[in-house]
Amino acid sequence: MKVALFVPCYIDQFYPNVAVATLELLEKLRVEVVFPRGQTCCGQPMANAGFEHLTKKNASKFIEDFNNCDYIVSPSGSCVLHVKEHLHADGPETMETAVGIRKKIFELTEFLTDVVGVKSLPAKFSHKVGLHQSCHGQRGLHLSQMSELVAPNFSKPAQLLKLVEGLELVNLDRSDECCGFGGTFCVSEEAISVKMGKDRVRDHLQHDAEFITGNDMSCLMHLEGILRRQGSDVKVMHIAEILNSQ
Amino acid sequence: MKKDFTLSNHSERAKEFNQDEPRVDWHDKTLWFIREKRDKAANQYSEWEELREIASRIKANVLDHLGDYLLEFEKHATDNGISIHWASTPEEHNRIVLDIIKRHGETKIVKSKSMLTEECHLNAYLSQHGIDVVDTDLGERIVQLANEPPSHIVLPCIHKKKEEIGALFHQHLGTPEGNADPVFLANSARLHLRDRFMTSRVAITGVNFAVAETGEIVICTNEGNADLGVQLADVHIACMGIEKIIPHRKHLGVFLRLLARSATGQPITTYSSHFRKPRAGQAMHIVLLDNGRSERLHQEDFRSALKCIRCGACMNTCPVYRRSGGHSYHHAIAGPIGSILAPGLDMKKYSDLPFASTLCGSCSNVCPVKIDIHNQLYKWRQVLVKAGHVEPTKEVGMNALAMVLSSSLLFSWTGKTARWMMRKFPGLIRHKYNLWYTQREMPEAPEHSFKSWYKQNRSSHEQQK
Repeated sequence: MKVALFVPCYIDQFYPNVAVATLELLEKLRVEVVFPRGQTCCGQPMANAGFEHLTKKNASKFIEDFNNCDYIVSPSGSCVLHVKEHLHADGPETMETAVGIRKKIFELTEFLTDVVGVKSLPAKFSHKVGLHQSCHGQRGLHLSQMSELVAPNFSKPAQLLKLVEGLELVNLDRSDECCGFGGTFCVSEEAISVKMGKDRVRDHLQHDAEFITGNDMSCLMHLEGILRRQGSDVKVMHIAEILNSQ
Repeated sequence: MKKDFTLSNHSERAKEFNQDEPRVDWHDKTLWFIREKRDKAANQYSEWEELREIASRIKANVLDHLGDYLLEFEKHATDNGISIHWASTPEEHNRIVLDIIKRHGETKIVKSKSMLTEECHLNAYLSQHGIDVVDTDLGERIVQLANEPPSHIVLPCIHKKKEEIGALFHQHLGTPEGNADPVFLANSARLHLRDRFMTSRVAITGVNFAVAETGEIVICTNEGNADLGVQLADVHIACMGIEKIIPHRKHLGVFLRLLARSATGQPITTYSSHFRKPRAGQAMHIVLLDNGRSERLHQEDFRSALKCIRCGACMNTCPVYRRSGGHSYHHAIAGPIGSILAPGLDMKKYSDLPFASTLCGSCSNVCPVKIDIHNQLYKWRQVLVKAGHVEPTKEVGMNALAMVLSSSLLFSWTGKTARWMMRKFPGLIRHKYNLWYTQREMPEAPEHSFKSWYKQNRSSHEQQK
């Protein structure tokens, strides 16, 4: 089983430790990981802003970089969802390849629970942790049950966090409210974006979380920006870093 | 051009609404309470998701055969003694309504809740022509007295606090100053409206469902104001969009169960009234409006928006709507559903609305007819950008971003340079014009990217390109 690691552009640039943790965690679980060095970005920043037509080069590049592997794994629900829903190519042959890629790309936690079948982890993290359910992972990839639906509860990220020694998952008033990051929304609708972020942060703080974790560093970056502006001691930490902690 | 843009866009209006943060918190909590009531009501039904699926399919069938169902409805309604009128534009709709009122020589009328008449700006049109319209739904009457449009399709005055309503009633209805007791105020409104009900000979209503099989219409209210208006009037004018059709009466068993539970968490609206034929001596008219709907029917990506039964659940759940208020959408129908309907009416005017969303997808999950609202928001963005309804600076920025992000070398070089600049000259980005920074700290800029870490630490893997 050969897994190609897809590191979203902003993680590569601003949160390299998240990618390192993802790589180390997968290696720890005896997964053979390769890192296609030419990779850049899935194209989501442009597409969600209405410029999907500018992502053709990104798409061809993505197909070229990731075609040769059994699985593609990435520590971002949002980027994975974009590839799953929108990776496209001109021409029937390349489109077939694109569709193949859509099927073999996984967000990290769903890969761990559904493909690797992780039942235990050698991880220790003795803190109170709040789990932020990022929308694209949750509602798009269905990583967790959604509060709007009448359906049985489950959560792949929570299932993994419960395997971590010493970790206490805090309850939240609103289990799956959006944080307000939303790509370009975070600046084009700055007032609402910040207000949504402040409200999310408050929910975690009121329940004594010491760390806010999640599957998407973009949401966490937004929440981190608000926490730091408030002078809070509460930190954000990507779920890969917690699952990889010793 | 720029001024126009600023005046009408969602972001600016939302910013204004957020000047008063405690009020935003209050607004958010009020609507979240209704979302939670909806959840409780839905969870009482183990077959809730199945019910949504059935409703969605019934509506899909309606859209596939809309023309046939409309003709069937017209035939049965006409046989029942109802006059049917077809309007292709709001102007035509309003003219038809005015003509009917004038024909009966009336100048004072009552109107129960109808979002369609809001879409047509009927009140303003009628008042320009000397007709005095009183909205009889309590929430609608409140916003009418305040000279504001409704901010929510089910809860028109949800943005108003009871103290503000007390002040409004003091000013217009002469209630004691400072009295904001909801029971007292509701009773004052009832007395004020009663006089009007007794003297109005024409009643306008909306329509929730029109049954093709029987030619009857169904109107759902909690206050009984539609019934009272219609029963006391000589003329009943019902206004509906052509998509309100359902094939059979038995389908009401699906839609009535979904509507009130989705809207407010009630098992059913207090009044679900069927109007099948005019009573002896009464005239009954139904005005059916197209206003872009038949055009929408041919847009594969957007046609399912016509399934909407106007329950408002997508507004109550929307984290943006709850914090920006209905008026920020500057359209009769606000919130997520409004944001996919409005651009179909006027792309330029409403080009901002599909961007007033984080695409979180909660709206699609609560929708009782399973409209993929968030996907349509995404698709509208593509349509709007291609049609040129985008700020030029954004276009330039996106082109540059696309160029950088599609080249490995350029990406790494730009990233490295940007991080270096952020560390060395933080003042370059930490200023009030950086909309990220105004209320949030910037992320730290690390010295090394993951790619450079990988190169240093995993050199044995170098056979991988």
